[in-house]
Amino acid sequence: MSSRTFVALCFLPLAIFTLAFLALPLVRLILASGEGEAGWGVYLEILQKPRYLSTLIQTVVISVLVTIAALAVSTTAGLFLVRNRFPGRGTLLSILTLPLAFPGVVVGFMIILLGGRQGLINQITPGHVVFAYSAFGLFLGYLYFSIPRVLLTVMAAAEKIDPALEEAALTLGASPYRIVCDVLLPALMPAMIAAGAIAFATAMGAFGTAFTLATNIDVLPMVIYTEFTLAANIAMASALSVILGLVTWAMLLIARSFAGGTVAAGG
Amino acid sequence: MLKSPAKILQLAVTLIACAFLLVPTLQSVLAGVTVNYFQGVKSGLTLKWIWEVWDLYAASIFLSIWLAFCCLICTLIIGVPAAYGLARNPGRMSRVLEEFISLPLAIPGLALALALLQVYGSVQGFRAHWSFILVGHVLYTLPFMVRAVLSVMAAIDLKTLEEGAASLGAPAWRRFIDIAVPNALPGVLAGSLTVVTLSIGEFNLTWMLHTPFLKTLPVGLADSYASMRLEIASAYTLVFFIMIVPLLMAMQWASARAQRILK
Amino acid sequence: MTLKLTGVAKTFPGNIRALAPVDLDIKEGEIVSLLGPSGCGKTTLLRIIAGLETPDAGGVIRFGGDDVTALSVIQRKVGMVFQSYALFPNMSVRRNIGYGLKMQKLPKAEIDARVDEVIALCRLEPYADRPINALSGGQRQRVALARAFAPRPRILLLDEPLSALDAALRGQLRDELAVLLRSFGITAIFVTHDQTEAMAIADRVAVMSHGNIAQIGTPEALYRAPASPFVARFVGDAMPLAGRISGGALHLDGGALPLEGADGSTAYVRAEDVKLDDNGPLTGRIEAVTFLGTHYRIVLSGITPDPLALLHVGTSAPTVGETVRIGITPGAILTFSPETEDA
Repeated sequence: MSSRTFVALCFLPLAIFTLAFLALPLVRLILASGEGEAGWGVYLEILQKPRYLSTLIQTVVISVLVTIAALAVSTTAGLFLVRNRFPGRGTLLSILTLPLAFPGVVVGFMIILLGGRQGLINQITPGHVVFAYSAFGLFLGYLYFSIPRVLLTVMAAAEKIDPALEEAALTLGASPYRIVCDVLLPALMPAMIAAGAIAFATAMGAFGTAFTLATNIDVLPMVIYTEFTLAANIAMASALSVILGLVTWAMLLIARSFAGGTVAAGG
Repeated sequence: MLKSPAKILQLAVTLIACAFLLVPTLQSVLAGVTVNYFQGVKSGLTLKWIWEVWDLYAASIFLSIWLAFCCLICTLIIGVPAAYGLARNPGRMSRVLEEFISLPLAIPGLALALALLQVYGSVQGFRAHWSFILVGHVLYTLPFMVRAVLSVMAAIDLKTLEEGAASLGAPAWRRFIDIAVPNALPGVLAGSLTVVTLSIGEFNLTWMLHTPFLKTLPVGLADSYASMRLEIASAYTLVFFIMIVPLLMAMQWASARAQRILK
Repeated sequence: MTLKLTGVAKTFPGNIRALAPVDLDIKEGEIVSLLGPSGCGKTTLLRIIAGLETPDAGGVIRFGGDDVTALSVIQRKVGMVFQSYALFPNMSVRRNIGYGLKMQKLPKAEIDARVDEVIALCRLEPYADRPINALSGGQRQRVALARAFAPRPRILLLDEPLSALDAALRGQLRDELAVLLRSFGITAIFVTHDQTEAMAIADRVAVMSHGNIAQIGTPEALYRAPASPFVARFVGDAMPLAGRISGGALHLDGGALPLEGADGSTAYVRAEDVKLDDNGPLTGRIEAVTFLGTHYRIVLSGITPDPLALLHVGTSAPTVGETVRIGITPGAILTFSPETEDA
């Protein structure tokens, strides 16, 4: 057997599996989206029916807000952890990356424990504060699983910044504020764009958290789920899935072109 | 260390973020072993909720472990040779292929599950079988295995090592077994731990693919959150933590170790 | 095993000619070096002999009487030492050395005996069971050599075997390698860009340039009678004496030298043949003086357009800025007719 034949054989299991369970289903999904009453007009319908359009807008808005918040928190914490060595640092880092392995449902439960009817905040405040099932609860849930993902990407980039850059700026008389603006943030920018794109894509596609919180605002994955299971509107569920898939895929392409590396879009 | 107000602000943000992530986790751990959560810890500590979870959900836990194990075997069989093939043929086609098999990372699990259901949902013997959920898990975890192995194989100058083996008379399949796989083991280990961790925690795909008779651990979690008292939901979450946290730590250790090899 | 190459050429995709058709004859037990600057095709030629690259159609490679052109690297039974050594990090020294024998499906006892023999020959006994990562650069080089030699290859091929080592170690290991290779008694070809290395180890040196073998011969022959200015420059760092040859003399900026040669020829000289000489025919100005322990290296201007260097043995040297007279050892000037220019 020649070397070339052997390498071709190595691709065989992959080829069979991905053809049968990835390529074929995706093609079917796209075709199915055009098989409803409206035909391919289903995509136009999404933009015209207020229910779908507002869902789309809400999902994008909440994802953007989560992205901004996660970037702010994780960049601050990440820079602090990279640039300071102190006892307990490892523990803090472990805590901040712990939720990486939590499925979305568990994250939803965490938010219920914080802001649900029996939640911590409700117990310690007199005003009976319940936010778990609101848009804010959803925001916190998404933030919960976005912080570790953004943190790891930013920290990996921050560790690669040459300390001499900062020292050079110091010898040239730059103030700490100017160093942050002129040295650190520009050096971190590609990683922040990548991490932001990952956070945005993850938030857009997050299902488990929204499912557990059963929030009173509609997000795209929940609408896809109800269209499919309750309304049995397979064409619409497929069309919304295609749009969601395209958006998250495009975002992760951006992320990859800026940073590379593998971060799961679970949650 | 805390020389400036900026430093103090940074520390405060870091600590608040930690608290935000840790406090509900601790609450859940505590609630899972407290007799009555509303009365607090003073009501006493107990393991009875854990036993109740065991009675209710042991099958789900075992199903998840079984699926994770099968998923690992499948990703090893499919992913390691594929990573080797990609490492041997770096180029445009390989990048396109890698991008394609990475689609399940980008496309939300819900959409993937919908796609799978439309092709195989009507195949009765398959639809109701655990292997249908397994397909979803393999689809989702495969890119992690491929990339973990590929990154190590790309870093060890596989081409020259293989030329060395070939000049000593080793045919292609022996070079794969004697040279490529043993030297990529750190990547295989990191990939394996990632696959198991993600498979045990997978919910989005599984929720759509599962049947009432085939509930995985996270599906059972969703079920308990919706229908059980808080203590049982917490106890179940605690059981999940006990399984997943060591895996997560092992995964991070193995990934860091593989990363060191890359340098 | 003798080696005979006939019309071996290599064109890479994109019509890049790495190797012009090359003929090469190597005798049984001979050690030949392929010497040349990077990009001259020496490594490509070595890889073609190994079977790691296929030559363009028409080229023929013979090991002894066998035509091996169509055989893959696996079937060709050559031993190869790679520039990076390509030792298997997942195996011990002993398993690395035994790997080729294992591929020949020899009985275990026979493999062990041969591995022990080669380990002893290469003085690797203390390291036999160590992992590769625990070895120094010099030890790795010996393991790579032992691994290539253990399966009794027909020909031993070495690709820049010393270039992965630091300068201090390189000189010592160069002599070691020469001794070891001779004790093997095997036909060997090794690629290098370092003329000292080539001359120290090889019986014959093939100087390569732009995909051609410019000249092949013993180190002495190459040094004393280079076939082209390129070989003169590459072997022994000859410097051009750019001037006009006419009427039995070479006319330079700094004076004239008696020289028989056809009009239009080019002349070269090596630094060791240029002497400080109060009665010499040339005049130059000292630009730089470097003390090198055994001798001074003096750089002169005003004699040729490019600075001319000479080696001066003595307890003192003239100072920078001085004007001195120099001479050239009679018969040391190398002349080349115009058509040999950069063959």
